[in-house]
Amino acid sequence: MADEALFLLLHNEIVAGMYRAAEQSDGENGRCTTKLESMGFRVGQGLIERFTKDTARFKDELDIMKFICKDFWTTVFKKQIDNLRTNHQGIYVLQDNKFRLLTQISAGKQYLEHAPKYLAFTCGLIRGGLSNLGIKSIVTAEVSSMPACK
Amino acid sequence: NSELFTLTYGALVTQLCKDYENDEDVNKQLDKMGYNIGVRLIEDFLARSNVGRCHDFRETADVIAKIAFKMYLGITPSVTNWSPGGDEFSLILENNPLVDFVELPDNHSSLIYSNLLCGVLRGALEMVQMAVDVKFVQDTLKGDSVTEIRMKFIRRIEDNLPAGEE
Repeated sequence: MADEALFLLLHNEIVAGMYRAAEQSDGENGRCTTKLESMGFRVGQGLIERFTKDTARFKDELDIMKFICKDFWTTVFKKQIDNLRTNHQGIYVLQDNKFRLLTQISAGKQYLEHAPKYLAFTCGLIRGGLSNLGIKSIVTAEVSSMPACK
Repeated sequence: NSELFTLTYGALVTQLCKDYENDEDVNKQLDKMGYNIGVRLIEDFLARSNVGRCHDFRETADVIAKIAFKMYLGITPSVTNWSPGGDEFSLILENNPLVDFVELPDNHSSLIYSNLLCGVLRGALEMVQMAVDVKFVQDTLKGDSVTEIRMKFIRRIEDNLPAGEE
């Protein structure tokens, strides 16, 4: 049973490490986000396999999204998504008002430009999870004021 | 959830193997990252565990094995193989949560997969004024029956006051 603090520290260190390495070999900055996202993707794929081993088949897309918002998010971040909106045409917005990975960084607008780095992994996580459930998706994140994010 | 941590660690090692061509560099990176995590982890540990100052290295060993490992990884390694001088010991882990689901491919035989742990231990202890050397002696990933980490006390780190202050 690994502790949550450990995962948080590991994640932050991975982000920091990636950017440190990128600075030393210049010209790689844009690729960091891609690498983080693909790491999240692999982890998401694996995780969703473990979680849905015993659950029933999902009825439709909305059902899958609800699963992500409730069970998946709770297992990973110990809380549920606060708000889920959709336009019923394939776009879903998940809002988390107290995103675990951002609470330690700031409570407001300071350091806003660094927020995307910490979200890349999670975007990949969601994309990986959805991909193994049969949904191809593009996941992006938006932060206007930490620690809330969409 | 321990799987999240295990899978994330696995993804990290895989990515590092892609970025660095040889295993030695990956080992060094893991150690460095572990060190950075360790210097922060110790604060979290001290805040939550309420453990007082350790009086000697033996106490330190017990705290690490019975409290710290239990708190963060859910396992309790055993402390054995004390050197006659009392400055070196081994932590024996029957199972290592970091390596669940992991197999080492043949072309990475010198990779120390769990090297992050060494860095974490080293960084954390440095923050409590102990310089130690930590390394893996046995590894289940390489076919050994247990995972063994050897810890050696080097010296006590004295706080250096800046020149000019008493």
